[in-house]
Amino acid sequence: MAHKDILTGEHFIHGDAACAEGGLAAGCRFFAGYPITPATEVAERMARRLPEVGGVYIQMEDEIASMAAILGASWGGVKSMTSTSGPGFSLMMENIGLGMMTETPCVVVNIQRGGPSTGLPTLVGQADIMQARWGSHGDYGCIALAPSSPQECFDLTVHAFNLSEIYRQPVFVMADEVVGHMTEKVVIPPRRELTVVERTYPNMPKNDYFPFESTGSLPAPMATAGQGYNVHVTGLTHDERGYPVITDIVQERNVRHIVDKIRKNAEKIIRVEAIGLTDAEVVLTAYGCTARVARQAFENLRDRGHKVGFLRLITVWPFPSNLIRELAPRVRAFVVPEINYGQVAYEVERTAQGKAEVMLMALMGGSIHTPEEIEDAVGEYL
Amino acid sequence: MKVRLRELQPFDKEAAEAAIKHDHGLHPHDEYLKPGRIPHIWCPGCGLGVVLTTFIEAMRRKNITPDQCAVVSGIGCTGRVAGYLNMDTYHTTHGRAIPFATGLALAKPDLHVTVFSGDGDLFAIGGNHMIHAARRNVNLKVICVNNFNYGMTGGQVAPTTPLGAKTSTTPRGNAEPGFNLPHLAHAAGAVYVARWTTFHPRQLVHSISQTFDKTGFTFVEAIAPCPTGYGRPNKLGAGLDEMKFYGEHSEIRNGAPPGDAEIELRGKIVVGTFIDVDRPDFLTSYNSRIVSAAQAKGKQKEKVKIA
Ligand SMILES: Cc1ncc(C[n+]2csc(CCOP(=O)(O)OP(=O)(O)O)c2C)c(N)n1
Ligand code: SF4
Repeated sequence: MAHKDILTGEHFIHGDAACAEGGLAAGCRFFAGYPITPATEVAERMARRLPEVGGVYIQMEDEIASMAAILGASWGGVKSMTSTSGPGFSLMMENIGLGMMTETPCVVVNIQRGGPSTGLPTLVGQADIMQARWGSHGDYGCIALAPSSPQECFDLTVHAFNLSEIYRQPVFVMADEVVGHMTEKVVIPPRRELTVVERTYPNMPKNDYFPFESTGSLPAPMATAGQGYNVHVTGLTHDERGYPVITDIVQERNVRHIVDKIRKNAEKIIRVEAIGLTDAEVVLTAYGCTARVARQAFENLRDRGHKVGFLRLITVWPFPSNLIRELAPRVRAFVVPEINYGQVAYEVERTAQGKAEVMLMALMGGSIHTPEEIEDAVGEYL
Repeated sequence: MKVRLRELQPFDKEAAEAAIKHDHGLHPHDEYLKPGRIPHIWCPGCGLGVVLTTFIEAMRRKNITPDQCAVVSGIGCTGRVAGYLNMDTYHTTHGRAIPFATGLALAKPDLHVTVFSGDGDLFAIGGNHMIHAARRNVNLKVICVNNFNYGMTGGQVAPTTPLGAKTSTTPRGNAEPGFNLPHLAHAAGAVYVARWTTFHPRQLVHSISQTFDKTGFTFVEAIAPCPTGYGRPNKLGAGLDEMKFYGEHSEIRNGAPPGDAEIELRGKIVVGTFIDVDRPDFLTSYNSRIVSAAQAKGKQKEKVKIA
């Protein structure tokens, strides 16, 4: 092929571009989106790159349509993705629910900016974390990854595609404006060193195929349109065949399946970066761009001999509750800097169950914390 | 926290299978109908069954097998059509059948992708998607069942309800005029536009089969009785009477300018095939303009490297 889908080598690119390259490397061949700062560059890169590698880029009329289109493409057997920021993420919510209910793999990249509403279009925010978890109505399991660097924008977008195929559902890459617009070295590995999960298709006789069956808390293989399984896919409560059944009994099975496939596999999905937790008295807990300054603060404090730990959430959802629960009785406090008025901090507080203090260092958006502020805050507990 | 759950009642595959064996195969169209899905949910006298049958007849006429087709629906009584057809079917969210189908059609260009949905779904909440898909000329066949109201939710006013017509949310009559759907579809760029009523099943079959031969965005409006939501408040009688009413008020004018297809309460209904033209569909245009340019540039690069 004249053009490469995996641009193996060293690049100096921003996080948005790295998200796009991660998608392409994972096999994404369909992108539907709508321009929005600070995520537009993801779409622009896809518009240029997809036709080079045999894919389709389409700019839809809005984010509702974009989300619907990537679900449709996914049922057409093509790995698909969209990118957006707060206002567009809000518009996507109903069809994200459709993706959860119909167990449709795809990836949604959210380069977060300050909200609510139009908020700070060009400036950073991290206030969509709870929306990612609870934004669409009803119960479902959620996977959200938070890259802290352009390199991770690449790595975690690939990983998001893999998780979306394994658990058959939309997966979120919750980046932020700082990481999205930051330009750094990104190393794209050779194809053989990349882990790419391909879709599993059914191969059993038609009568034995149940497209919405739960097997050991995992979803069934996914039939593609035209494959011959004549599947019915509906956002209504449905049985294992996909037929709508409007009863409490089927609702119980349906909802528990889409929640439990994440809940029961949470420990397999969760990824954190943990440093210095063994003797830590205070644990800095952060994600995304905030984790970069928190890391600096952590190193400065350690250099000064303070027993501080650093816990970076790579998966924000599912949340590493067991880890927090285990740490809480051993530490004095968790200090949680984030660019919102309390989202992950509440989750830390909830899982710490009063066994350690929790301090939220809140910024409403538009700027990042300084290491000094964080060091100062940690100082309260030293 | 502790979680207490009710005991799950597992899916009874055998019972489901037995029910299918008992019923499936009795109806002449069963090859095209999903096993175990009939009886349908529609009211007696509803026009939806007629439209579904004409779609199946059109497939038969064109020798199109279920594996060559996919149907996407939005939400509403019409939205339930998808679930009855024995092919890959997608019952999506209210108004979003067209963008979902856009993704599907672009991912699977060999499939005949049909969007089957109601007038409210396609032209109120989904109106924006409708006009953009027509403008792009995505290869989709849209069949819009127009019953002049929101049937599923109990007969509220729709963007097609004629001026003066009564619905549950226009108890004193509608203060707004309704859309002229063929005119709108034409203006937005559809390459095929027809309107019939369920009184014209043969013409409907003919039009739908013609759309199977077209590449691009086609639009067929099927005016259908909804005795429950629209016929009763507007004193059009039972389903059969309402169908007859539409038949009697129809005026067949193939090739008529779609602007003439305005509908007034108790007025004439212009039916026919209004538009049948050709222009490159989205993928043809994308491939010839974008993909070829992108790949030609790639080849150039390669040549430079070789040199
Ligand atoms: C976002 C959203 N809003 C409202 C509804 C409720 N709803 C279900 S069907 C429907 C109207 C359907 O009318 P139409 O498309 O004309 O189809 P019909 O039932 O007449 O066939 C509405 C408003 C919904 N399902 N989703
Ligand atoms: S409410 Fe109207 S459209 Fe819906 S099934 Fe009944 S008659 Fe048909």
